[in-house]
Amino acid sequence: MFTRRRTQKATENRVLWTMTSPAIILMIVFVLMPLVIGLNISFTNWNGYSQSYYYIGIENYRRLVTDPMFQKAIINTVVYGMGSTLLQTILGVSYALLLNQPFALKNTMQTVVYLPAMLSSILVGYVWCFMVEYSHGAINDIALLFGVSKVDWMGNGNRAVLMITIANTLTFCGKAMLIYLAGLKGIPQSYYEAAGIDGASGFQCFRFITLPNLLPAITTSTILNLIGGLKLFGVIQSMSGGGPGYASHSLSTLINTIYFSYQDAGYASAIGIFTFLFIMSISIVLQSYLNRKAESNE
Amino acid sequence: MKRKKRLGRSFRNLIGFFIILLHAAPFYVLITTAVKARGNYSSRWTLPKNFHWENFMIALQDGKLLRSMSVTLFITAFSTLLIVSIGAFAAYPLARFRSRMSKTVSLLMLGVMMVPPLSVLVPLYRLMVTIHGLNTYWGIIILSATYGLPVSVFMYSNFIATIPRDLDDAALIDGCSRYSIFFRIILPSLKPVTSSVIIMTAINVWNDYSFQLYILQKPKMRTVTLMMTSFFGDGNTNMNAAAAATILSIIPLVLIYLALSKYFVQGVIDSAVK
Repeated sequence: MFTRRRTQKATENRVLWTMTSPAIILMIVFVLMPLVIGLNISFTNWNGYSQSYYYIGIENYRRLVTDPMFQKAIINTVVYGMGSTLLQTILGVSYALLLNQPFALKNTMQTVVYLPAMLSSILVGYVWCFMVEYSHGAINDIALLFGVSKVDWMGNGNRAVLMITIANTLTFCGKAMLIYLAGLKGIPQSYYEAAGIDGASGFQCFRFITLPNLLPAITTSTILNLIGGLKLFGVIQSMSGGGPGYASHSLSTLINTIYFSYQDAGYASAIGIFTFLFIMSISIVLQSYLNRKAESNE
Repeated sequence: MKRKKRLGRSFRNLIGFFIILLHAAPFYVLITTAVKARGNYSSRWTLPKNFHWENFMIALQDGKLLRSMSVTLFITAFSTLLIVSIGAFAAYPLARFRSRMSKTVSLLMLGVMMVPPLSVLVPLYRLMVTIHGLNTYWGIIILSATYGLPVSVFMYSNFIATIPRDLDDAALIDGCSRYSIFFRIILPSLKPVTSSVIIMTAINVWNDYSFQLYILQKPKMRTVTLMMTSFFGDGNTNMNAAAAATILSIIPLVLIYLALSKYFVQGVIDSAVK
């Protein structure tokens, strides 16, 4: 019996390796190896194309500490990540609550809200450019209608970050909405009936039935939105290109700029390694926190 | 009671109407811009008296938009094929075996999902230069496939976990190998989740920008997203034609979405909920 179990385990491992090996080889060659190569490049002064370069130790990492561009990019990345997540959660939950009830425009609303979420983020950014332009921009046209003076939305760093966050939210909140709607549909109607008999108010129903039962959906959606927001690249690239100056750069767009425009591959790699560790640790901490919360609620 | 219900319904319709307006606004503005003549600086919210359809013609001529669409379609089709087949194959043992090795591999896949593509782009570019994958279709296809794989493995293994294990055990007792169980029992039942996997991963490949920007640098190999950046780039001042090109480039996706929206919704749910 014992040996049989052992051979079974050996077979299982063999099957496991055979069936997962194509995937594992791809992961090792195109994800893990680049990470290792990137770590190596981050200790050099390589410019991205020439044959010669020198190892300069942790110089690139020392630069991170004092570089105002990098620090601005970290703050912006956090704002893009947290801001989009917060706004998408609020919009997603409210839209889902609305869609969970019958009304004529329901299907149209669901279709329209989700539509931009399946478009390329760089394209959506270009579409938003027509909204936020200074002269002839659609938002400023409305402002003029009400006699308010025009605002140069993308001309100021903080406003640019705000507009990019809003554009990103309105574009991708459809995904959160669908996840929450599926979560709402999974809550048994009998819970609400029982609460109704006990005389619970609408808010009490939301607080003590809807919210706790929605927690698994909130967990997945929050993590997806946060990782998406922290990785934000396309929308920024097309709406502001990181400008004005470097005021709206995220870590991703900063890497692209430093590599392509400044041709400082060593420094770009150092930021890349930092970005990887940064996003990884935030996601892991958040995931374990939310999982614990979901478990304690069960 | 009945009257109160009807009131709630029309109130919801009103709110829903405003939400639709809010989300459709950028696309409405895109349309009005696309049908206006260059240099027509009337409000973005108004339609012109004469529709300038020639913007669309400019987009099709200069942009070689159709060519870039077929390039993108080619890359998307082959990447998706790899993602689906390798993903389904890897998902089976990961969903069925509870060994430590299987857990480690699952964790590796989850970790890859979190890697921001930009953080490895410099070394990835260098790697592609070394293996002569730059400006090749196989180069971009293999990269798109690798970074699309974790989602596919995740969705497939979630789905396989819902197929009763007893089926496998019964087949094992009858002398079936694990491989024939996969091909004869599991694979035929993967149809519903496969449509979700295809939709979610194909869209990501189609919409990718960062990999394509780095790997495909020949004008002949320009994908839709790269084409659009050149339309909106510094050299081009005809924003009305750029708007028209944007509309043309999203029409195929929008039509597919409207026709298959049920599957899109299912895809989002399958990719998120365990």
